[in-house]
Amino acid sequence: MNEHVTLFFVLGALLVSLTLYVLTGGADYGGGVWDLLASGPRAAAQRDLIERAIGPIWEADHVWLILVVVILFDAFPPAFAEIMTAMHIPVTLMLVGIVLRGSAFSFRSYGGGHHRAQLLWGRVFSIASLLTPLLLGVIIGAIASGRMPKNPQRIGDFIWPWMTPFCFGVGIFAIVLFAYLAAIYATIEDADLEVREDFRLRALATGIAVGVIAGVVLLLSMNGAPRIWAGLTHREWTWPLIWTTSILAVGALYSLWTRRFELARFCAVGQVALILWGWAFAQFPYLLEPDLDIYNAAAPQITLDVLAGALAMGALILLPSYQYLLNVFKSHPRHGRRPTAAER
Amino acid sequence: MPDIIAARSQMAMSLAFHIIFSCIGIAMPLLMVTAEWLHQRTGDDVYLLLARRWAIGTAIMFAVGAVSGTVLSFELGLLWPHFMKWAGAIIGMPFSLEGFAFFTEAIFLGIYLYGWDRVSTRAHIAAGLMVAFSGMISGIFVVIANAWMNTPVGFRLVNGLPTDIDPIASLTNPAALHETVHMTIAAYAATGFVVAGIHAAMWLRDRGNLFHQRAITIAFAVGAIAAVIQPLSGDVSAVAVERLQPLKMAAFEGLFQTGSHAPLAIGGIPDLKNRKLLYAIELPSMLSLMTFHSVDGVIRGLDSFPEKDWPAPLIVVHLAFQVMVGAGFAMAGLAMWGGLLIWRKRTVFTSIWFMRAMVAAAPLGLIAVEAGWAVTEVGRQPWIIYGVMRTADAVTPMPGLAVTFALYTVLYIFLGSTVAYLLWRQVMQSPTRSEVVTLTAAAR
Repeated sequence: MNEHVTLFFVLGALLVSLTLYVLTGGADYGGGVWDLLASGPRAAAQRDLIERAIGPIWEADHVWLILVVVILFDAFPPAFAEIMTAMHIPVTLMLVGIVLRGSAFSFRSYGGGHHRAQLLWGRVFSIASLLTPLLLGVIIGAIASGRMPKNPQRIGDFIWPWMTPFCFGVGIFAIVLFAYLAAIYATIEDADLEVREDFRLRALATGIAVGVIAGVVLLLSMNGAPRIWAGLTHREWTWPLIWTTSILAVGALYSLWTRRFELARFCAVGQVALILWGWAFAQFPYLLEPDLDIYNAAAPQITLDVLAGALAMGALILLPSYQYLLNVFKSHPRHGRRPTAAER
Repeated sequence: MPDIIAARSQMAMSLAFHIIFSCIGIAMPLLMVTAEWLHQRTGDDVYLLLARRWAIGTAIMFAVGAVSGTVLSFELGLLWPHFMKWAGAIIGMPFSLEGFAFFTEAIFLGIYLYGWDRVSTRAHIAAGLMVAFSGMISGIFVVIANAWMNTPVGFRLVNGLPTDIDPIASLTNPAALHETVHMTIAAYAATGFVVAGIHAAMWLRDRGNLFHQRAITIAFAVGAIAAVIQPLSGDVSAVAVERLQPLKMAAFEGLFQTGSHAPLAIGGIPDLKNRKLLYAIELPSMLSLMTFHSVDGVIRGLDSFPEKDWPAPLIVVHLAFQVMVGAGFAMAGLAMWGGLLIWRKRTVFTSIWFMRAMVAAAPLGLIAVEAGWAVTEVGRQPWIIYGVMRTADAVTPMPGLAVTFALYTVLYIFLGSTVAYLLWRQVMQSPTRSEVVTLTAAAR
C-alpha cells in the first residue's frame, strides 16, 4: 500500500476532478436542458435565470473536464490511448456537442442582434446541452461495461461496443442527473419566487426520475456491466453505500418539498457524488477491464510523483480562485430560507 | 483519402483554427485591461467603452478558443493514440500545468466579464491582469510540449520504449525556450496588428473618431513593440534549429546541397526530382553568414539526410517559411515607420498612407502565425517525435477518418464565419450616441 501513496493520490485527484466536473459542469449542461424544456407563462424568465446562473462560471467549470483528461493521459497513458481509440465515434460526437454548446452560448450572450438569431443560438445551445451528456454517459457506460475492444480494426469494432441498452441507459441517466442538479441549484439563484418555484417542481420531478432510472440502469448492468453489478450488489460496502445514497436522495426530495433549498442542494450533491463513486469503487482497481488496471496502466513512479506535486501546487492556486469566483457570483442574500409570510 | 493523410489534415486544420483564437486570447486581455487602466487613470470614458467592447470580443474569442482547445486535447488521443501511450508519461507535465493555467484564466475571465458591477475597480483590473498573465503561461506550456516533439529528451530508449523517464526534463527541452519566446511574441504582434488594422479601416471611414483612435494607439503600441523584437527572436530560433534539427533547416531553405557559402533563397519552388530550387532569388553566402555569422559556415543540405526522412510536402515547409519571414519583416518595417512618425510628428494619425498601410498589414500577423506553425509542424514530419516515432506509426486504427475531417472542417468554417460576423457587428463598429450616453451615465 505504502509504495502506492502517490498512485492513490493521483487516482483520487482524477475522481475528485470528475466529480467536480459532474457537479458543476454537469449542472451547466442541465441548465441547457431546462432552457430547451422551458415552458409555461414564465418560460422567458426561466431561460433568463439559467443564462445568468451559468454565464460567469461555465468556462471555469468546463476546465474540470480538461483536468480529467490531462490526469488520465499523464498518469495512465495506455488507458487514455485505448479509450480514445475504441470510443473514437462517441468522443468525436461529444466534442461536437461541447463545441456547439459553448460557442452557441457565447454567441447568444454577446451576439446582440435581433431576436431570431438569439432564439436560434439558444436552440443550438440547448440541444447541444442535451446531446453532450448523453454521449458522456455512453462513453462512461462503455468504460464500465468491461467490453471495450482491445485492438479494434473494422468499423463495427468502433460502433457495437457502445451501442448497448446499458450504455444508452447511462447516457440518459447522465442527462437526468445533470438536469436534476441544475434545477436544484436554480432554486437558490437570485430570481423571482415564482421562477424558483418552477425549478422546485422540476427538481422534484427529476429527483424522482433519477431514482427510477438509477434502478433501471442497475438492472441493465446485470448484463451490460457485470463487474459493476457485482460491485453494487455483492461487496462489503454495497449496502452502506446504497443506504447512504438513498437517504440523501430522499432527504433531497423532502427538503425540496419543505423548501429547505440549501439542505436540498447539500443532499443532492452528496447523492450524485456517491452515485459516481459507487461506479468508481465497483470498477476498482480496473481502468479498463480485463487488461488495464491502475497498477499496470500507471505511468512510471517518477511521473506520478511529479504529477502529484503539480496537482498539489496547482490546487493551492486553483481552489482559492475557484472559491473566489463562486463567492462573487453565487453568494446572494439567503434565498434558501422559507419564504416569509408576506412573500407567500 | 488515406487515413494518415486525413488524420494529419484534421490535426492541421484543428490547430490552424485554434491558434488564431489562442493568440488573440493571449494578447487581447492585455489590450482590454490596458484600456480599462487608462480609463481609471485619465477618467476618459472612451477608454471604458473600448474596454467593454474589447471584453465582448475577448469573451467570444475565448469561448471558441476554449472549446476548440478541448477538441485538441482529445484529438491527441483520438488521432494519435500510440503517440500518447508512448509519450503521455513524459509530456503530461506541461499539459497538466497548462490545465491549471487555463483554469485560472477561465476563472478570472468570468470575474472580469460578469463582474463589472460586482467587484471593485481594482479587483476588476487585477482579474483582467490575471487573465492576461495566465493566458500567456498557458500558451507557453502548450508550446513547450510541441518543442518536446521537436527535441525529445527526458528518457532513454530501450527496445523502442522510453525508460528512465524524467518528466521535469521535458519542460526544459532544448527547443522550449526559443519556441515559446517566438510564439508568445507572435501572439502579441499578430493581435496588435489585426486589432489596429481593423480600427484603422474604421477610422479611415470616420476620421477623427476618438474611439478608433484610442483603440489604434493601444493595439499598435503592443503590436509594434512585439513586431520589432520578433526578428531577433527569429534569428535565435533559426540558429537553434540549425543546431538541433539541421534537416528541418535545410527544408526551410529548400537547400539541397551541403556546403559553405550557402545562399539565402527568397521564394522558389523545390524540384524534388532534380533536387534543385527553381525560380528562387538567391543571396550568395547569406545563409551561412546568418546562421554561423561566417561565410565559411557549412550548412547541411537535404543531401546529407536520407530522403525518407525529409519533411513532406517540402514545398509547404519552404514556402511557409518564406511567408512567415516576409510577413514578419513587413510588420517590423511598419512598426519602425510608426515609431518614426511618433518621434517626428508626435502622432501617426496625420499620415493617411500610414493608416492605409496599417489596414493592409492587419492580417499579416495571423498569416505569419499560421505559416510559422506550418513551418514547425510540417517541418517536423515525417516524425511525430523527432527521430524517435514516425507520424504514420502513431495514427489510430479507426477507419474512415476523412469523415471526421470533413465534419470538423464544416463545423469550423461555420463557427469561424459566425465569429467574424459577430466581431464585425458587436466590437468593431463606431459607438452610437446612445451607447456613449448610457455608459457615461452608468460610470458616474
